[in-house]
Amino acid sequence: MLSADFFYGMEVFLNGLMTGVMYSLVALGFVLIFKASGIFNYAQGVMALFAALTLVGFQNGQVPFSHLINAIFGTDIHHFGWHLPAFLAILLALLVMIIFAFLVEKFVLKHLVNQEPIILFMATIGLAYFMEGFGDLMWGSNVKKLDIGIPQGGNFWIEENTAFLGGEDFYGFYLDTLDIYATVIAIILVSGLVTFSQYTKTGRALRAVADDHQAALSVGISLRTIWVIVWCIAGFVALVAGIMWGSKSGVQFSLSLIALKALPVLMLGGFTSIPGAIIGGLIIGVGEKMFEFLIGAPFLGGATENWFAYMLALVFLVFRPQGLFGEKIIERV
Amino acid sequence: MLYREVGEFKPSYKKDQQTFPIRLDRYGYYAILAFAFCVIPFLINDYWANAILLPFLIFGIAAIGLNILTGYCGQVSLGSGGFMAVGAYACYKLMTGFPDLNIIFCIMLSGGITALVGIMFGLPSLRIKGFYLAVATLAAQFFLIWLFNKVAWFYNYSASGQITAPERTLFGEIVTGANATPEVAYLVCLSFLVVLAMVARNLTRGSVGRKWMAIRDMDIAAEIIGVNPLMAKLTAFGVSSFYVGIAGALLFSVYLGAVEVGEVFGIQKSFIILFMIIIGGLGSIFGSLAGAAFLVAMPVVLKNVMVGQLGWAVDLAAHFEFLIVGALIIFFLIVEPHGFAMLWRIIKEKLRLWPFPH
Repeated sequence: MLSADFFYGMEVFLNGLMTGVMYSLVALGFVLIFKASGIFNYAQGVMALFAALTLVGFQNGQVPFSHLINAIFGTDIHHFGWHLPAFLAILLALLVMIIFAFLVEKFVLKHLVNQEPIILFMATIGLAYFMEGFGDLMWGSNVKKLDIGIPQGGNFWIEENTAFLGGEDFYGFYLDTLDIYATVIAIILVSGLVTFSQYTKTGRALRAVADDHQAALSVGISLRTIWVIVWCIAGFVALVAGIMWGSKSGVQFSLSLIALKALPVLMLGGFTSIPGAIIGGLIIGVGEKMFEFLIGAPFLGGATENWFAYMLALVFLVFRPQGLFGEKIIERV
Repeated sequence: MLYREVGEFKPSYKKDQQTFPIRLDRYGYYAILAFAFCVIPFLINDYWANAILLPFLIFGIAAIGLNILTGYCGQVSLGSGGFMAVGAYACYKLMTGFPDLNIIFCIMLSGGITALVGIMFGLPSLRIKGFYLAVATLAAQFFLIWLFNKVAWFYNYSASGQITAPERTLFGEIVTGANATPEVAYLVCLSFLVVLAMVARNLTRGSVGRKWMAIRDMDIAAEIIGVNPLMAKLTAFGVSSFYVGIAGALLFSVYLGAVEVGEVFGIQKSFIILFMIIIGGLGSIFGSLAGAAFLVAMPVVLKNVMVGQLGWAVDLAAHFEFLIVGALIIFFLIVEPHGFAMLWRIIKEKLRLWPFPH
């Protein structure tokens, strides 16, 4: 019989895997946009926040901009007084994200074609600020509860059926049901995206643009359409990530900071690789949880999760500058 | 006609190579300096000093520092907040560890310590480039903040985890602590800014600066013509961190007086400083200052208009501030990606011919 400590380690490992899946969900949005347009979209995290806010707003029938309207006209409105079913609310939120993709292309990206990558990156940081303000203005900045019917809390079935593994003081693996759902949804999402990009005409066009903008243009693919599509997909991924993270920890400002958790995942996996985002996410998730469990909490005073992922990615990059699966960086004079 | 260089003859190389070769520029800067040193201290009050002038001067130093690294040497850094924290904590440890040490030396030394830390975190830049480096510098940001939060030695085991600046004097005037007057604080920060800006300006015009710019434009080509990338990148990281560290030390000791690390030196600060140099103009000292002035003044103006004039709630104004900052950043990037510095250059070109277009 193995010791209980070993099983606790196992549990941490499994939980790390699931957290990693959640990171990958965010990282996926980054990779999609980076591949198709070479833009490093810092706003991805805020997009997730905005999507989740919109979803909750629709679900609860909040009046958009009510705070502002009240301030200007001296009225006191806040809710329409209806509750939309989750399914409908998700569709509406998706619609908003699609409109958002169009607007971004029309008002931002179109004007920034051929700028240096750093300028585009800064523009997405500006976009992130804008959306953060806009989202708060539209729906209010209080912490909201997001519930679309995904069960939460520990999973008793797994807990009961794994208790026999350990000794007397081991009660089975504690896994959050929500995390399990997230894993399943992530798998479906990724397989869906892969199928889409491999077997549909639009998907092929996406990959063509990712390979070579000029060549794609020359065979008649419209870059601007592709960009809108990519931002729509990224918006969809952001919505999924927003739902998952929002259900887990409530919809609030800190949700936008998950973008910062996705960055080391991207560095590790490589900015241009979808499998890289998944595997990078898993490595980071497991790595930071195990580090916290084995070294951080006992010896360093805890809360190492904030920086461990970055340090891991940093050390890793020194040995392999393009990440695990990134395209080899070839430099010419 | 007003602004011109016609008729200015420069009989020696020395005159030709001075910092401001155009006479009007030179006198303009002298006038601004004279105004800043001799007039503003008599007009200043608490509100102006704390809301606008001190943050502008301090973030101006930080922006120059980041501009040296990002604008001149091409290494994007998102770790400025962390480096400012190093400056602040180094200053705190020096002030409490050596009570007799003059505050000026404390601040300078904390800049030096920050430079060492910066060089350490700059080492990976030799392998990692572009966005990967930008994200890698976030490692510095998060690690340093965590370190100052967790290791009690840095905040002298105080119960609140805060650091508080003890009272120190300079030429008999109180500079730090609660009893410091705004005039003195302003003059100290201004002197630092002027000296550091002049040093930066001359560094970037000399051989060091040219090496940085060669690395920025194409590092492989620079290596082939004989620039040592190790030295160039590490000096850029060192000098930049020195500036950012001094800004952090001033922010803590002279401006805020008490600091909670996660709040003051968080990731948002790194972004704000990056915005300053992007909006102001990469690779320009004037741009760093213009960007700092803009980003410091804008929230104050917005808040005054929305809360003061329209009577809106504070949180509503805060949301609008985010929205407007974001929109303005995008607007500026679209209209003039090279920032205020470029606008200024264009204006100067136009003024040279005005009012005759040919």
